[in-house]
Amino acid sequence: MIDARQMQSLAARLAQPEVKGRSPWADARRRFRRNKAAMVSLVVLILVGLFALLGSQLAAWSNEEMDFSIMGQAALLGAPSWENGHYFGTDDLGRDLFSRTVQGTQVSLMVGLIGAGIAVVVGTLYGATAGYVGGRTDAVMMRMVDVLMSIPYMFVLILLLVIFGRSMSMLFLGIGLISWLDMSRIVRGQTLSLKNREFIEAARATGVPAWRIILRHIVPNLMGVVAVYATLLVPLMILSESFISFLGLGLQEPLTSWGALISEGAGTMNYGTLWQLAFPLFFFCITLFAFFFVGDGLRDALDPKDR
Amino acid sequence: MTAKPLIQARDLRVSFQLPAQGALPWARPRLLHAVGGVDFTLMPGETLGIVGESGSGKSTLARALIGLVPATGQAIWQDGTDLIGLSARRMLKYRSQIQMVFQDPLASLNPRMTVGQIIAEPLTTHHKGLGRDEVKVRVKDMMDRVGLLPNQINRYPHEFSGGQCQRIGIARALIVQPKLVICDEPVSALDVSIQAQVINLLDELQRDLGLALIFIAHDLSVVKHISDRVLVMYLGRVMELAESQALYAEPRHPYTQALLSAVPIPDPQLERDKRMIPLRGELPSPMSPPSGCVFRTRCPRAEALCASERPALGSGAHLTACHFPGALRPEELAIKA
Repeated sequence: MIDARQMQSLAARLAQPEVKGRSPWADARRRFRRNKAAMVSLVVLILVGLFALLGSQLAAWSNEEMDFSIMGQAALLGAPSWENGHYFGTDDLGRDLFSRTVQGTQVSLMVGLIGAGIAVVVGTLYGATAGYVGGRTDAVMMRMVDVLMSIPYMFVLILLLVIFGRSMSMLFLGIGLISWLDMSRIVRGQTLSLKNREFIEAARATGVPAWRIILRHIVPNLMGVVAVYATLLVPLMILSESFISFLGLGLQEPLTSWGALISEGAGTMNYGTLWQLAFPLFFFCITLFAFFFVGDGLRDALDPKDR
Repeated sequence: MTAKPLIQARDLRVSFQLPAQGALPWARPRLLHAVGGVDFTLMPGETLGIVGESGSGKSTLARALIGLVPATGQAIWQDGTDLIGLSARRMLKYRSQIQMVFQDPLASLNPRMTVGQIIAEPLTTHHKGLGRDEVKVRVKDMMDRVGLLPNQINRYPHEFSGGQCQRIGIARALIVQPKLVICDEPVSALDVSIQAQVINLLDELQRDLGLALIFIAHDLSVVKHISDRVLVMYLGRVMELAESQALYAEPRHPYTQALLSAVPIPDPQLERDKRMIPLRGELPSPMSPPSGCVFRTRCPRAEALCASERPALGSGAHLTACHFPGALRPEELAIKA
């Protein structure tokens, strides 16, 4: 039964000057919110983000100070404690591990986000262009990607860091160079399947220029795949940066990252200073887990089958 | 009527290159002749129906006219310009004159754009000077005109039914005030009751706006209802082209007769007594069409002449590409069937 109240609300809705539409994004958002694991992970990510942004306000010690009373006696005096303000303990040099972890979190997240950002922008435009234009252009562009992919990038990255010195910008350059390759392949494949859909044909028949078809029709329809892949790419970027830092080639001290901290912690774990490994590793793990769960949730929410 | 034809197609051909499977890259590609020499004229305000079975090149013909697939031959627009082989820049001017309505209502609308954005796209492409408000006013007018509530301008395609989506498609085609609208099976994906609504809408808009329509369908009764003239295609060639009344009353080409005999009659008595003209076999491959008349492999009346010589379409009001036109006799049907 339709009651009068319902009818009234329907009438009011139809009489509105402009009814608001429910976009595919809004649908996806609703599905995402129903996914508990993904929502918890999102909260974890936000907390880690806040930790990176505001952690230095909470720290009792700055990341540059050394606590000379602890220096050299880290195993005895450097354990985590509220009294002396070293919440996460100290490292062997007496530096406060809490503010070091904050600094490492900032750097690692930045590496991940910037690497994924480069991949999204460059990979999407490159792949969409290659797929849409097609023919010989596509063949040449994608062979270039194949060639770049066949280079063992970790080796090249290590060489770059050795030859040009270890620096943040070199690290970004190296990671940026390789991160977009996979993305462009995925995007190209999706573009090929979109290209022959009727709405693209309709736009072509009307005479919409190619660049506008790519930007207005193809890219928005790719964003689902791109968003999922980008969230999965962030932890991969963090992992490769950590790997480089673990090898001792990443960042120059006193800058640090999760990988560098874990490396230091792992080096001293036999001397009874397990907290030096545990705290960076904890943040590293929960962040990677959270990114993967969020990526998973996004994939379910944006599943093209449900559209 | 002495008016100039709106569009005049002469020997329009579309061939696709198919690289042979596993062939070397420099091997000569095989050609698929999707449309093999089509001639027709279309007057302003007229409706030309195009019928034929699947794979007969109807949609390819339409796409060739608006330059979505490369074609050869000629398609002369009213002002004397040949539309085939125009550069993209020069074609742009004609793209607002020729618009298209697509088969699948939902697939022809971008799912990430609102209805307002979709309908406005041709307008913003061809009239760049228009302000936002002006565009919105025109879009709302057009939505009202095709029977959509103008306050739904911010909704997305998936919130509409199939018939409404097709109305959106029609609104998008008409917003730039074209002279010719090509409808590529606009109702095949819709329910029968919705089909009637959409066809009546097209009919009404055509009368009000003086549009010429090219109406592609495989439903013969729909085509009969809306068309002034009907063009029957088979394997990329014109079989018969005549006034709608004449064609349905007295089909001359054996293929047209077979096609018409397959239309169900909504009267059980008549349906039982109706004589079906059976066509055996499949549509031949357009990679290697039969010599002479392309229909001869399935024609109950084929003779030696049909294999050696391609029948011309001839001239006059009722054009038939057949060496032996005329109604099929019962004995011809009995022997072959």
